[in-house]
Amino acid sequence: MQELWEALVQAISLIVSLDAEVIEISLRSLYVSAAAILIAAVLCVPIGGIIHFHDFKGKRVLINVIQTFYSIPTVVVGLFVFLFISRAGPLGGLELLFTPAAIVIGQVILILPVLTGMTISALNGVDRAVKDTALSLGASGSQAIWTIIGEARFAVVGTLILGFGRAISEVGAAMMLGGNIRSYTRVLTTAISLETQRGDLVLSLALGIILIGIAMVISVIVNILLQRY
Amino acid sequence: MAFLQTVNLEQRAGSKPLLKSVNLKIDKGEVFVIVGPTGAGKTTLLRLLDLLDRPYAGDIYLDGIKATDAGVNVMEVRRRLAMVFQKPAVFNNSVFENVAYPLRVRGFDNRSITSRVEGMLEVTGLSGYGKRKAKTLSGGEAQRVALARSMIAEPQVLFMDEPTANLDPASVKAIESLVVEFNQRNNLTVVITTHDMQQGWRLAHRAGVLMQGELVQAGKPGEIFNAPQDIRVAGFVGIKNIMRGVIAWSRTGIAGVEINGRIIEAVSELPSGADVDIYIRPEEIVLSLQALQGSARNTLAGRVKWVRVEGPLCTAVLDCGFTLEALVTARSAEEMALSEGQEIYASIKATAVKVLPVVESSI
Repeated sequence: MQELWEALVQAISLIVSLDAEVIEISLRSLYVSAAAILIAAVLCVPIGGIIHFHDFKGKRVLINVIQTFYSIPTVVVGLFVFLFISRAGPLGGLELLFTPAAIVIGQVILILPVLTGMTISALNGVDRAVKDTALSLGASGSQAIWTIIGEARFAVVGTLILGFGRAISEVGAAMMLGGNIRSYTRVLTTAISLETQRGDLVLSLALGIILIGIAMVISVIVNILLQRY
Repeated sequence: MAFLQTVNLEQRAGSKPLLKSVNLKIDKGEVFVIVGPTGAGKTTLLRLLDLLDRPYAGDIYLDGIKATDAGVNVMEVRRRLAMVFQKPAVFNNSVFENVAYPLRVRGFDNRSITSRVEGMLEVTGLSGYGKRKAKTLSGGEAQRVALARSMIAEPQVLFMDEPTANLDPASVKAIESLVVEFNQRNNLTVVITTHDMQQGWRLAHRAGVLMQGELVQAGKPGEIFNAPQDIRVAGFVGIKNIMRGVIAWSRTGIAGVEINGRIIEAVSELPSGADVDIYIRPEEIVLSLQALQGSARNTLAGRVKWVRVEGPLCTAVLDCGFTLEALVTARSAEEMALSEGQEIYASIKATAVKVLPVVESSI
């Protein structure tokens, strides 16, 4: 118990003293997952919109399939992307394996189903009257769609936050695709995993606290945003 | 061709008919009120007119353009129209942005948007509301925002679907006076639906009665109220003493209508054997203690079921083999000492008995 307490105190002092390695790993985690969420948002919001606004055969089945993939294991995504970008894979020539870009690709694929599915749910939540109102006020079809997405913006932003949370906290894809290379692809989760195995509980704890802290900061920012608009 | 016209307009939900061959003609600058009970198809009709839904059959013409034509750019036509819905769907942002919306989608620049929106907020009594969140407004305020938003792009036709159905009297008055103002100032054509006959009276230049998907009568509000051409209309506008019978005999424009075994003579050209509905206005029934000798064709002996005095008037409900409601002055009720169970005579002129052929609704 005493050891744990001391480790915690040392971990906090690492954070407060802005330890170079801690800061570097944290920033990498942030930008890798931020890139993933941005790319995923650009893909998923329009895809979700297209699925929501069109009636086609098998729509329900497609949505069910998307929902099934919400809980796809991160190591399966890691394996899948690994097969594509490893030297023998179809995209092997791009030499992406064990780069930050590989982690981004893995995280994008990981959160794609959640973001798409939740975008559809968010649009479903907007009253049908909004579409009628927009059209009757002279909006074109696509303007009406953007208005509906705008009305669903809080739910969509919430979805993006959720996706970011899943991306930054996953370890399987980051480990398998990034390779946990120091000062290059080491992110918070892979670092915690490694340092714990090596017995460096202080560093692990410091990184864990930062990870939790990031989650809390995001949650607070979202709440402030939601209250302002 | 009228400014806004429908030709045999039909709508269905699956195989269920919602609107049945509606032929409307509305002139430019007219306030046309569509009255009818809930479920008559009023909203369905407005949604077709605003080109939000496609009709099952029939056509809509606006200002000479066949709006239901396949080649027509629906958005272009719709931009000459505007609609206020029963439940105001305000967008989840400021009042200013709500009112600005139609200008934004039309690509106006920021400066003209600001000046036009400010002007519209002032006209609609919403000055100072610009920065408010639209979702926090009361029902009446939200409906005023919806009206301002509809009018900002200067439509030629404004549709309003039961715009005041859930509002307090003060808000109803505010909305109604704004509608009248827009109509007069911009020569705006207004089409309003309501289930409130009184509102129809107040606003309409002309009105149409929609019942069970059918436009059963259109004309000046007074015509509809005083001379309903359909027994359903008569019932809807609050006419009493509606009865069903059959013409027992007919000669020289006078018909004897048999109701519950008693004959009432009425002015009608319908042949004997025809099923008819009749109605008699309560104020056209004369009550007396003795049978009157005079011009009245019908003298019915009956018994007073109950009497209710309301200010200067008195309603007496009689049993003459069928129930009859009569309206007399409180003074004559007092003179006759009208009371429950009393023997009484009701005299009704043949011209006071309105006879309408029975219409079997196909919906």
